[in-house]
Amino acid sequence: MDARRFELVEIVVLSGKGGTGKTSLTAAFAHLSSNRVICDLDVDAPDLHLVLRPEKTKTEEFYSGHEARISAEKCNACGQCMEVCRFGAISEGIPCPTVNPLRCEGCKVCVELCPVRAIDFPEKHCGQWYVSKTRFGWMVHAQLFPGEENSGRLVALLRQKAKELAKKEGFDLILSDGSPGIGCPVISSLSGASLAVIVTEPTPSGHHDLERVTELCEHFRIPAGVIINKFDLNEDKTEQIESMCVKKGLHLLGRLPHDMAVTHAMVAGQTITEYQKHGISELVRQAWSNIEAAAMIRVA
Amino acid sequence: MILAVASGKGGTGKTTVSASLLSVWGKPVVGVDLDVEEPNLHLFVRPEIAGREKAFMEIPVADETKCTYCRQCSDLCQFKAISVLGEVLLTFPEMCHGCGGCISICPEGALSAGSRELGEISWGRAGKAGFLMGRLRVGEAMSPPLMRAVKEKLRGMTSHGAMDVIIDAPPGVSCPAINAVMDSDVILLVTEPTPFGLFDLKLARQAFTPLNKPMGVVVNRAGVGTSDVYDYCKGSGLAVIAEIPYDRSIAEAYARGSIIAETSSGFRDMFIEMAHKVRSMNGGSHGREEV
Amino acid sequence: MEKIAISCVEPSLDADVDPRFGRAAGYLIVDPDSMEFEYLDNGGSQVLAQGAGIQAAEIVARSGARVVLTGFVGPKAFQALSAAGIKIGQGVENLTVKQAVERYKAGQVEMASQPNRKGHWS
Repeated sequence: MDARRFELVEIVVLSGKGGTGKTSLTAAFAHLSSNRVICDLDVDAPDLHLVLRPEKTKTEEFYSGHEARISAEKCNACGQCMEVCRFGAISEGIPCPTVNPLRCEGCKVCVELCPVRAIDFPEKHCGQWYVSKTRFGWMVHAQLFPGEENSGRLVALLRQKAKELAKKEGFDLILSDGSPGIGCPVISSLSGASLAVIVTEPTPSGHHDLERVTELCEHFRIPAGVIINKFDLNEDKTEQIESMCVKKGLHLLGRLPHDMAVTHAMVAGQTITEYQKHGISELVRQAWSNIEAAAMIRVA
Repeated sequence: MILAVASGKGGTGKTTVSASLLSVWGKPVVGVDLDVEEPNLHLFVRPEIAGREKAFMEIPVADETKCTYCRQCSDLCQFKAISVLGEVLLTFPEMCHGCGGCISICPEGALSAGSRELGEISWGRAGKAGFLMGRLRVGEAMSPPLMRAVKEKLRGMTSHGAMDVIIDAPPGVSCPAINAVMDSDVILLVTEPTPFGLFDLKLARQAFTPLNKPMGVVVNRAGVGTSDVYDYCKGSGLAVIAEIPYDRSIAEAYARGSIIAETSSGFRDMFIEMAHKVRSMNGGSHGREEV
Repeated sequence: MEKIAISCVEPSLDADVDPRFGRAAGYLIVDPDSMEFEYLDNGGSQVLAQGAGIQAAEIVARSGARVVLTGFVGPKAFQALSAAGIKIGQGVENLTVKQAVERYKAGQVEMASQPNRKGHWS
């Protein structure tokens, strides 16, 4: 057995704009790849499990940050907390002011400045995370409770668990479904990744949002490649986007036509590559091979 | 009234719906793009921008000559944006949430208010409608501070007249989405009849129900998937306000940057009907089917 | 010789070095001459939404240690430790605490001039 140096490759599938097909494609790449841990980093609205149907082997509670809670017995209704809160989270109430948990930032200022120490500061139970088995192997995923702060901490935790699992199993690839946007959770999924695969569409929104997410990748010095999905909806725009990619040094990973088969596959609970062998699935397979080349994954 | 157009899942058609509603609204209205990470509304409504300004938030700036390294600031900060290590005071401005706590608590007055750029706010008009948007600086991690600044600007714009507001919200159900919808009178949830659309609609309903606003659903790309989404709405008392049929020509019009309500009189009428239904939801019962 | 802080998974000289500085379970503060030690728990950082590395740097700075031995240090923790004048040795993650200290005493640990782990939102 040859001793090869263990180097983990982490591929994050992003989109900038939501709804471009990122999750459907990540599911297909999960099917096409091997020796990998699959990770759903879209902890806000995770959808990958709908296709992969994970069986949970481990469930863990996720706590992050704190929130203020005013104790009615100790409060003297002086109202100082309402004045110091910068987030408009505390309002008049009977018998004492109340903290709106949706606005509370967990900054602790009211807790510290309360003259009678009437405010408690418990930890926030924000969500759950899971390690599961799927027909494609291990999956690490989570669900933030709706309304919670998506601080990126849960994303960082999932990535760390995925890395530990990959190391334990001797795998060299982590394949992650990322979140839309360019905020905290996306930043958290990008830093230190080997390759960002950005799925876009040939629309004004798709183009606009692609520019912002590629700017973010440049900011964090993460190599990136682009897949244009539903390219046939506007071929002029497709070409515009491809020229932009070439100019910016982004890998052109493929263009896929708009095909109802992708939705049919989703409804059937399958990846497009399981649902059919030909047509768009061939293009998806080609895109995956381009991704492997761009990330320089050694094929076992 | 303030209408927030939201969804659990990204890409269901919030901006499509917001842009079309703005186009046919018929009464004084301001369109606000609160998806500050990836604002798209301006690409469709093509506003004439009258003004722009940068938005900032307050962060601590230290005068180390006054610092006694008592560590009260560092002990208070929940976000580790200010730290005392031995006889060194460090600030990490990008971590700061702007609570002002360290500045208040410093017994020596060694901390004062500085600023960090959040992004840019711009405003103008799009036809008869007013227009306002925020654009987050790339690399800035948090949306809510900029969203708060945009909402502040909106208060200034709507203070002197009875104007409706249509908010194009960010996708998802975590704090940016909650921030966008929490001050509205009515929430419209845009979904699609697929498994992903349904799952995220359920999350959205769970997240927004505690806000106690009337909620209605628009099913976009109706006809592509299954009827599960309709069964769910019926079972949970969510009214389906409108259905936009799946139609390749709509997809292509959208891909060209067209406003759907302006592509045909049929679509125009559809959105006018949607606007009437949304207005009648205002002040109505919360999340229940209107009979 | 100056005291050394080593990130560890358990409070013992035979414990494995905890590879992550910021989110380590705790730190063994070791006097390299006598091999006497004390343990500082880092449980509080696990709940922090952000800035664990900075908090860890504060814990170490307060302990009086002038050297840190660990696996990976992110940029913010690196900035904090350097500002406090604490020397940083990275890459000892596959050793026990005792082995890491011995390596350091023998001058075999490369001291870092920049962080070896890219930053992330934790």
